[in-house]
Order: sequence, then structure tokens, then C-alpha cells
Amino acid sequence: MTTEQDFYAAPGETSQGRVFTVTGQDWDSITQSIGESAEERVVVNMGPQHPSTHGVLRLILELEGETVTEARCGIGYLHTGIEKNMEYRSWVQGTTFCTRMDYLSPFYNEATYVLGVERLLDIEDDIPEKAQVMRVLLMELNRMSSHLVAIATGGMEIGALTVMTIGFRERELVLDLFELITGLRMNHAFIRPGGVAQDLPPGALDEIRDFITLMKKRLPEYAALCNANPIFKGRLEGVGHLDLAGCIALGLTGPVLRSTGYAWDLRKTQPYCGYEDYDFEVQTWDTADSYGRFRIRLNEMWESLRIVEQCADRLAGLEGAPVMVGDKKIAWPSQLAIGSDGMGNSLDHIRHIMGESMEALIHHFKLVTEGFRVPAGQAYVPIESPRGELGAHVVSDGGTRPFRAHFRDPSFTNLQATSVMSEGGMVADVIVAIASIDPVMGGVDR
Amino acid sequence: MTDKPDEKPDEKAAGKAQDESDDKTDANESARPAEERNLEKAKSETGTGSGVEQPAPEQSPENLPAPTGEVRAVGERHGMFGVSGTGDTSGYGGLVSATVFPAPSQKPYGGWFDEVAGALEARLEATELTSAIESVVVHRGEITFHVRREDLPFVAQMLRDDEALRFEFCSGVSGVHYPEDTGRELHAVYHLTSMTHNRRIRLEVTAPDSDPHVPSLVSIYPTLDWHERETYDMFGLIFDGHPALTRVLMPDDWPGHPQRKDYPLGGIPVEYKGGSIPPPDQRRSYN
Repeated sequence: MTTEQDFYAAPGETSQGRVFTVTGQDWDSITQSIGESAEERVVVNMGPQHPSTHGVLRLILELEGETVTEARCGIGYLHTGIEKNMEYRSWVQGTTFCTRMDYLSPFYNEATYVLGVERLLDIEDDIPEKAQVMRVLLMELNRMSSHLVAIATGGMEIGALTVMTIGFRERELVLDLFELITGLRMNHAFIRPGGVAQDLPPGALDEIRDFITLMKKRLPEYAALCNANPIFKGRLEGVGHLDLAGCIALGLTGPVLRSTGYAWDLRKTQPYCGYEDYDFEVQTWDTADSYGRFRIRLNEMWESLRIVEQCADRLAGLEGAPVMVGDKKIAWPSQLAIGSDGMGNSLDHIRHIMGESMEALIHHFKLVTEGFRVPAGQAYVPIESPRGELGAHVVSDGGTRPFRAHFRDPSFTNLQATSVMSEGGMVADVIVAIASIDPVMGGVDR
Repeated sequence: MTDKPDEKPDEKAAGKAQDESDDKTDANESARPAEERNLEKAKSETGTGSGVEQPAPEQSPENLPAPTGEVRAVGERHGMFGVSGTGDTSGYGGLVSATVFPAPSQKPYGGWFDEVAGALEARLEATELTSAIESVVVHRGEITFHVRREDLPFVAQMLRDDEALRFEFCSGVSGVHYPEDTGRELHAVYHLTSMTHNRRIRLEVTAPDSDPHVPSLVSIYPTLDWHERETYDMFGLIFDGHPALTRVLMPDDWPGHPQRKDYPLGGIPVEYKGGSIPPPDQRRSYN
């Protein structure tokens, strides 16, 4: 429909020129009326609800024919005030909020926040080995599930539907493992200040080993399907180019930075959670384009598989070891148990506090209602999430709640590169460029 | 603490219950102004109370630098339950404890901290901007440079370009609102990384609520574009020199800046089976 008036403009907003409202099945009339005017410049508002924008991302594209002359992002559609809400909950409850930010990599959100809290508590060296190994295990499994979605949705957005279906098929296997270990498929709140919420359930190591065996067969399928696929390469190669200087200036990290050939990976450069004890390689590529980022993600899944394998071996020797810090003033008092209806109360613990020990009951009550106090100060412990440097700036005023928790989310920062990656290219390449950044809007908007 | 005239009403109520019981045991005490006694009582409670005491900032490990002795106290925490007017008769509502942040450190800071601080100082002395760094805090293995706000762009430029410093990567800016830190309520905190030397430092600048301006660093670290917009959006900190300082997460016409401490969390009571649970910021809870 072509009108002189913009029905969607807010009152008081001037609308200039002609307005095209696309409602479906009216492309002919639109192109016809565009053709009548001599002006070729069109501003397209793409999103926030669009299947190809990788979430509720709004793109404002200025087009000249099919060439993008200007690209801008509109974000904030998924802003839920998680950081503000965390200021009104205890330190432990904070994990329940921050796990929901970047919903494709929940363990990383929890981990960076928890590492910050642990630094302020000065208990970094007291975290039991098993808790650290379990954190690494879960984070690396999570890296695989996140990269699988990145590849799957990236494929879907350019029309490679098989890539999507097999990507989600494998991700499902990872989510099954999460469900087995944490009780939840997403939003786990499993990594807690002082350790992890509970021990590995029986049989988990066998499931993990089966998964590793299966993935070793499945991962080559992606390579066979995509690596040398001429259509796939034609769409990805040379698209979304950003060199090293551009990455550093715009603060890009993760696969985008590594696709320039620079092996910057916080797991190697500033190890946390005992990453220095694992044998793995930092994956790089030298083309600085979307294809390189795809290959890096694929290769990183292999490396994650290697780390998961090493974690499984180490966990086999740590049976029965503690998963929570020994300090009873910090450690969550109960170990939850998985019942027939999912994760819930541990009957042993309830018997102990209700029937056996008054002190244990008081202690439980105090820790659960009041929580622990964190000495005043601030900490920032960034980690390498699947998308790059994810860090939580945690500030405490000495109270039982975070005074401020700010998350430096890599999706938020990396999305700033949209314009430099896509201006001057084709409209269809904007989609590829954004898919190669792999922004998760839950993390961008928080 | 004793010369604090505007004591909150809930403390008075809580203190009154104690006064009455005290009057029986110590008649002389009642001759003194009630308010003074309350505060003394509160002080002694903070001193001896076990679970509620604010622990002193830990600087004990041998490799950490000694604090200068001056303490950076920012505000006070009153009571124990965070919420007033709930009919607290336990007396815990009268607790007063200072909020003490880690004190500035003295040299040597230890490890590469001294190299960075030394290089920074040398460069600043060469340009006669010696007072650009207000203080240096080393806490939990992280170093924070408190920078005078008008000198922030110069310091950042130097940190980025100087060969010995080379902090070429900025992780963004995070705002913090300390309503009780009078004259410096708004803090902007920058995390810088030197990929060359594999080091990480923190810069902190402050601005009063009455003049919420901080120079923009977008020309030095372009990545700060959205980060500064977010901090403006959430705290109302105006970054002078930013190319287009508009809201980024909240709608353009949103009133107020949500992350400020004087901005309420909001929420409605939840009713369940006849009971009503107030929204999180009005619930009775520990503080």
C-alpha cells in the first residue's frame, strides 16, 4: 500500500514523502509504485519480529537498489531489567536471574557472576576441585550447544534448512545431558557461589561418554555438509569482513576476533576454573569473514569435545568428592535430590533439619532467608563465552545483596559491528553478517 | 555518628522499646537525651554483634600493599531487615554500621601493578598532570585507578597508546550509583585490557548528581558507543562528546533512569490463596 501518510508515526512526528506499507502479497504494487518515482533510496525497517534477524533485533537499513548504504540496529526489545532485579535478591538468588540473560549460554552467565562473587568473598582458592571440573564440563557442553544453535540458525537464515534440523538434533542431546545433571534444560542456576548446586547424578558419566562417542560421528556431518558446499561458501565467504584493528577498536571478541587470525581466548590467556590444566588448542582462521567464523565454531566444538572428555576422566576419579566450598557460612546447606518428578528437596536433609538438629535448622533458615554477606568492593572476572568476553562487574557494599551487577555481554558489544560489516554490501549479506556475530538478544538487552 | 541529626523514625521506634527496659536498670541514664543513648547503644551493638557486623576490608595477605589508614566510608547501613515500619520490636532495627569500601593503597602495589602505575605516573609528570590520578586501590588482586574526570580522556589516550601500557581493548563502562557518596554519587567504571601485556586494570571516575557529566571516550575506544549510551540510559550520566547520546535499551520517551538507586524497582503485590506478598522492594528482608 502506498500512501502519503505514515499511519505508524507517533503523533507529532512528521512523515515526509511516500510511505510503503508491506502487508504481504502486494509486492507487485509496491515495486510498481517505487518504479514510478525516480528516487532509488529506500529505508527498510527489518524486524523486530523477523525470522532472519536472529531474535528480536530491529534493523534499519537504508538501501540503494539492493545495496545497503546505511545499517543501524534498534535493540532493547528484550530488556527485562535483570541487573536491577538482582539488586533486590540475595547473592545466591542472583544466579537465578543472570542465567536467563544469554539464554543460549546460561552456564557462562552464572559462572562469570559467581567467579566475581567468589573473588569478593576471597574464597577463590577454596573451591573444591570437583566443582571446578563440573563447571568446566558444563561450560564446554554449553559451548557446543550454543555453537550448534549459531550454526543451525545461521544456516536456516540463508535457507540451509538441513543444517538447522541437524543442529537442533545435536543440541537436544546436550540439553538432555543438562537435564540429567542439573534437572533443567535451560536457566539452570546450577553454578552457585562456592561451587555447584549438587553432585553428578549416578550414571551421568556413562551418558557423557556415550554422547562423546556419538558426537565424534555426528560432527563430521557438518563438515561434510557445509565446509566445501559451493552455495554455502558462496554465501559466507568474504561477507561480514572485519579486520583485527576493527575488532579491537569496536571491542569484538570471540570467534569474530579469532577469525582475524589472532588467538585471543581467555581460557588460555587468563585461565579461570582451572582451564590451564586442560589440553586444547585455540582455533583461529585468517579470512576475517563469516565463513571463517563458521569454521572456527565447528573446530571449537571439537576442542570442547576434547575438554569434555578430559573432564569425564577427571570426574571418574573424583567420585564422592565435595562440590561445594567447606565454609558452612557460605555453602548452600542442602543438596537437592532428583526425584521422580524432577529436582527437589533432599529427604535426608529435611530429616536432618526437622528431626535431628535444631542448630542445622537455624543455620539453614539463616542462610536461605538472609544469605551471606559479601565484603565491600568490586570485582570483574571475565570468561570466554561462546560469543566472546563475558564479564560481570560485581559491586558489594558489604550487604546480603549485590549493590550492583553489570554484565558486559559480548552480544551487546559485538552487535555494534553490524554497520561496518554490512554497509556497502547486499541486503541478503546483512543476514549472514549478523548470523556470523551470533548475537543472542536476551544477552544484548538483559 | 553521634552528630547525625536526622535519625530515621523507625529507629526511634525501635530504640524506644529498648529505652523503656533500660530505664528500670539505670536511672541515671534516663537523664541524658534519648537520642544520644540510642546511638551509643547502636554503636556498641555494631561493635559486638556477631552476625551483623560489617567485616573490615581484608588486606591481610602478605603480598598485598598496606592501606594508607584512611577509610573510604560510603554511607551507613541502618537496621537489619531493610524495610521500615514492619513493627520490629527486636531492637535489631537500631543497628548502624558503616559501609566501608577498600581504602586506597600505598606503593608498592606488587607485581606488574607497579610497572603500570609507574609508567602512568612518569607520563603524567611529563605533562604536568600529576593530580590526574586521585587514588589507587588494590583489592582482591585487581587494581583500580580513580581518575579525575576532566583528565579521563587524556589518561585513557595514554593508556591506550603508550608502549609500556598498551591498554588497547576496553570492555565497556559500567555505571554505579552511590547515593550516599556525597558529591560523587555517580561512578563510571571502565575495564581495560592490555592484550599486548596480558594485563587488566580498572578506571573509575565520579560525577556528582548535580552535575552528571563525564567526558566521552568514544573517540579513543569506539566500542564505548553503545556502552556509554547504556550508562546514560540507566544512570543519566551524560558523556560529553558522544556522537549521539540517546537511550539504547529503554524506549526513547522513558522517564527517569532505571538503575539509579532512587528509581524504584516497581512491581505489584501477588495474591495467593488469600495471602498477599508485597513486591520485592517492599518485602521484609535482610539488608
